[in-house]
This record gives sequence, C-alpha cells and structure tokens, in this order.
Amino acid sequence: MDDRTQRILDIVVNSFLPLLKAGVEFTVPLALISFALGLVVALLAALARLSGNRVLSGIARFYVWIIRGTPLLVQLFIIFYGLPSIGLTLGAFPSAVIGFTLSVGAYGSEIIRAAIQSIARGQWEAAYSVGMTYSQALRRIVIPQATRVAVPPLANSFISLIKDTSLAAAITMTELFRVAQQITATTYEPLVLYSEAAVIYLIFSTVLSWVQGWLENRFSRHVAK
Amino acid sequence: MQIEVRNLKKDFGQFAAVQNVSFDIEPGKLIGLLGPSGGGKTTILRMLAGLEKPTSGEILFHGKNVNHLPPQERGIGFVFQNYALFKHMNVFDNIAFGLTVQKKTKREIQERVYEMIELIGLKGLAERYPHQLSGGQRQRVAFARALAPSPELLLLDEPFAAIDAKVRKELRTWLREMISRVGVTSIFVTHDQEEAVEVADEIMIINSGRLEQKGTPWQVYKEPQTPFVASFLGESNILPDTASITGFEAATFRLRDKSRAKTANILIRPESIEVGREHEISNPAAASIGLVKSVQFRGTLWQVEVEVGHHRLLAHRTLEKETLKPGDEVAVLIHSLHLFHEDESLFLENEIKRASSAAI
Repeated sequence: MDDRTQRILDIVVNSFLPLLKAGVEFTVPLALISFALGLVVALLAALARLSGNRVLSGIARFYVWIIRGTPLLVQLFIIFYGLPSIGLTLGAFPSAVIGFTLSVGAYGSEIIRAAIQSIARGQWEAAYSVGMTYSQALRRIVIPQATRVAVPPLANSFISLIKDTSLAAAITMTELFRVAQQITATTYEPLVLYSEAAVIYLIFSTVLSWVQGWLENRFSRHVAK
Repeated sequence: MQIEVRNLKKDFGQFAAVQNVSFDIEPGKLIGLLGPSGGGKTTILRMLAGLEKPTSGEILFHGKNVNHLPPQERGIGFVFQNYALFKHMNVFDNIAFGLTVQKKTKREIQERVYEMIELIGLKGLAERYPHQLSGGQRQRVAFARALAPSPELLLLDEPFAAIDAKVRKELRTWLREMISRVGVTSIFVTHDQEEAVEVADEIMIINSGRLEQKGTPWQVYKEPQTPFVASFLGESNILPDTASITGFEAATFRLRDKSRAKTANILIRPESIEVGREHEISNPAAASIGLVKSVQFRGTLWQVEVEVGHHRLLAHRTLEKETLKPGDEVAVLIHSLHLFHEDESLFLENEIKRASSAAI
C-alpha cells in the first residue's frame, strides 16, 4: 500500500466517528424535533384551511405562501442573522429548529389537508350520526384513516428534512456537514470527507425508508388492497 | 318518536330539491320514502338527520323544533347507502363507537355490542374488519352500529341498493322483523316499489321534490291520488279516453268539471283486466271485444297485449288458462279504472257489471 492510500484510509477512519457523532448529536435531533413540531403546525394549518372560517384559512394560506415561496436558506439567515437586529437573538440550534419547523409545517399542511380530504364525507357523517362531535370524529375516525394516506408523502418530507439540515451549517451549527467542512479544512481532502458525509446521510435516510415501510404496513393492515 | 315536518324546502343553488313537503309520523311506524331517483327522498332523509340544512320549513321531534340541532344531538341512527363503516375498526369497535361517547362503562358497552352482534346474526365475527365481510354482513353491521346507541329514530338511505337480489329479499324480511322487535320509529328511502310495499307500514311517494301521497301501501295502490302515484306504484295502462271501453263509456262525465273531461287521464291496472275466450269471462255482457296483439311470458303469468277499439292494453292472464295467440279474438272485461283530472281522482267500477250483479 502506498503512502497516499494509507493517508486517505487514516482520514476516513479517523473522521468517521466525529462525523457520526455530529450526525447523532445534532443532525438527527434537529430533524426529529423539527419534524415533530412541524407536524403539529402542519395539522393546525391544514385544519385551519379546512375550517371554513375565512380568517383562519386566510392565515394558513398566507403562511404556506410565504414559506413555500422563499428559500429555506434565506429563512434561516433571516432568523439567525436578521432577528438580532430587532433585539431577538437566538442560538444556532433554536434558530434551525424554528426554520425547519416552519418549513415542515407549510409543506406538511398540504399533505395533511389532501389526506383529510381523501376520506369520504360518509365517514364524517357516520361519525356524527352515532353522536360524535367534530373533534371526536376527527381524532377517532378521520385522522387514523388519513394517516395511512399521508405516510408516504410525509416520509418523503422527513427524508428531505434530514438532508436539508445540512443548511444549518451555514448558521454555524456544528452538525454533520459542518464537521465535514472543518475536517476538510485541515486535511485538504474534500472528495473523501464530503463523500463520507454523503454516505452517513444515506445511512440515515435508508433507516427512515425502512421505518416508512413499517409504518405503511401498520396503517394499511385493515384495508383491502 | 313523534315527527312533524312543516313546509320543508331545500334548494341547491337554482335547483329546488325539496318543495313544501309536510307530513306527520306516528311513533313506532316504519315509513318508506318511495320515488324515482333524483326526486328528493334522500335530501328529506338527510334533513331529518341534520346532515343537510333546510332552506326553509320546520322539523319537529316530539313537538320541538330541531332545525338547528346538529346530527349528534338529534337522537337518530343513520344507515348509509354505502354503509360508511369505519374501515380501520373491526366489527366490535364499529358497533361500540356510538356507545363510547355516551359515557357508558366498558362492561355495559361490551354487553350491548355482543347483544347487537347476536341480534344481527354475526356471532363470532366481532374481530373481523369491514373488508373481510360480505355486502350483506356489512349492511347488518351498519344497522347494528346505528341501533346500538338506542336512537329514537332510525333513518336508512337505500339500505339494500348495493346488495344482490336474493340476499336483498332475505335482508328485507330480516330488517322488518328487527325493527318491529326493537320498536324504533324508522324511515327508509328506496326507489324499489316492491321493497317499499313489502316492508313499510306506510309509504310516502316523493316525486320532483314533492310529496305526492302518503298512506298504507294498500291505500296508495288502491286509491292513488295523482296520475304519477298510479303509474309509479304497480303497472298501468294510461289512456286518453274511455270511448269504446264497455262499461265506462260515460266515465268522464263523472268528473266535477265536465267541460274539461277531454283532458282527463285514465289509468287501468293490468290486474283489473280480464282477458280470454268469451266462455271464460266472468261477465261477458260487460266485456268489450279485443284482438290479441302479443303474448309474453312474465315468470308467474302471461302478459297479453290486446287491442280494444283504438286502445292498446296490457293485461295479465294466469298460466293455468289456455294460452292465447296473437290474432285471437277475445273478450276483454275491464273491472275498474282510475280517472284523474287536475286534483280530482276517481276510482270507477264497470257499470254494466255493477248493474248486472245488482240485478241478481
């Protein structure tokens, strides 16, 4: 084995743990927290859109319009670098969580809205006719059935989110990609380091795809194929 | 439950789906809403359920206006045309669903659900999911789900429409027995007259958003008040006049407004026409002469098309009698007919036949 190969091998081995650590410590929690909060926002926005109340649905529409219509990176910059000038200073992690939550909320609300609308009106009416209120019908009849419809597109969003967390590097968060940049700066091996980072992202999203498959199975158990 | 409906109206945009419908329903009755598709039956049912808001008019349960009550506060059960069973829940949970909101204990719920499952004859299938059941079984589950919370009014929207003919007949009888056993006031929608006549205590004929007639199936069949009712319920021949029909020559003169008698509608049921050789006919003197045009086997009887004067009539003939052939000359005895003119409706019997039987 020549020296160059040996050197690259050393870099790969030595950087793997720091990269994985950054991924597990920052990338994964950032994605999980943002996605969980984002789902709540998405559900609320979807219900607001479907509520028939003009003010609520107008607010939801405006929110989706703004978030979908502007780049995520720009939004993160506004939150992290822009807000301090009006006295609102947030750390990198909270800024990233806010940015990603808003993003998941906007895209997710359309997915959830479509999933809820895909449930036949008869299911609502049947729930009402046996005495359920709107929120009971929603919780016990509509959401469980809509979940099945929403799982594949939401899993898509989650996988996108895992990859998008690399944008947080730009607001100084030492997540996976940022660590790859830092090691590159000292080793001058960008091809090796960035490829290694890509492989770790790939591992994360592969695990997610498995989870998606498992969830889909679980939610479609009682539906004739 | 005592139900009163006053001047009920429902518009969908420009389309008047239900127009000025009023009726009363006695507690414990089983009512059939019968009429052609698109006539407004389902809309009336949905307004009773609270799933649709009336444009105007009043719905009263026990004398109290319920127009603004949402469905969950009306004490109703609803069986949907496509059942709308909760797909993600098994039979037990579907039936239990309405009970869980009533704040019953687990034990009470369990008892009631198993009682319902027993009642609908699906014992042992409590764990099945809707997609693992046949159409007839789903229908029964839908019925049990609606009935489990003990509603005061059971509403059924075309309950048998999606079920094949043989099972439908069984289910009909089953439903009839079930409802009388439970004793709940029930209203069902159907476009199948046989179903309505067989199942209902009373039927309401709905056409173009209007209530044409309400009464027992026999009353409505025997004394239809409008040409629509007469032609919708049972088969019928519709004629413009009674000239050349022996025993009814002067029929139209019985109308109040004799000058308009020419615009009357005459309706004759095939079962009130006796057709056959002269010696077979019960009262040949009251019969006209006719010519057989065609003969068709209709499963339980012959349908004979016969020409009398310038009229063509469809009549029934039992299978036991000698088979007629096209071209045969026959006696045609018309026992009775219905006469309609504007809001006047008359049921007339053959005058010659009446005169001769009175003479004896």
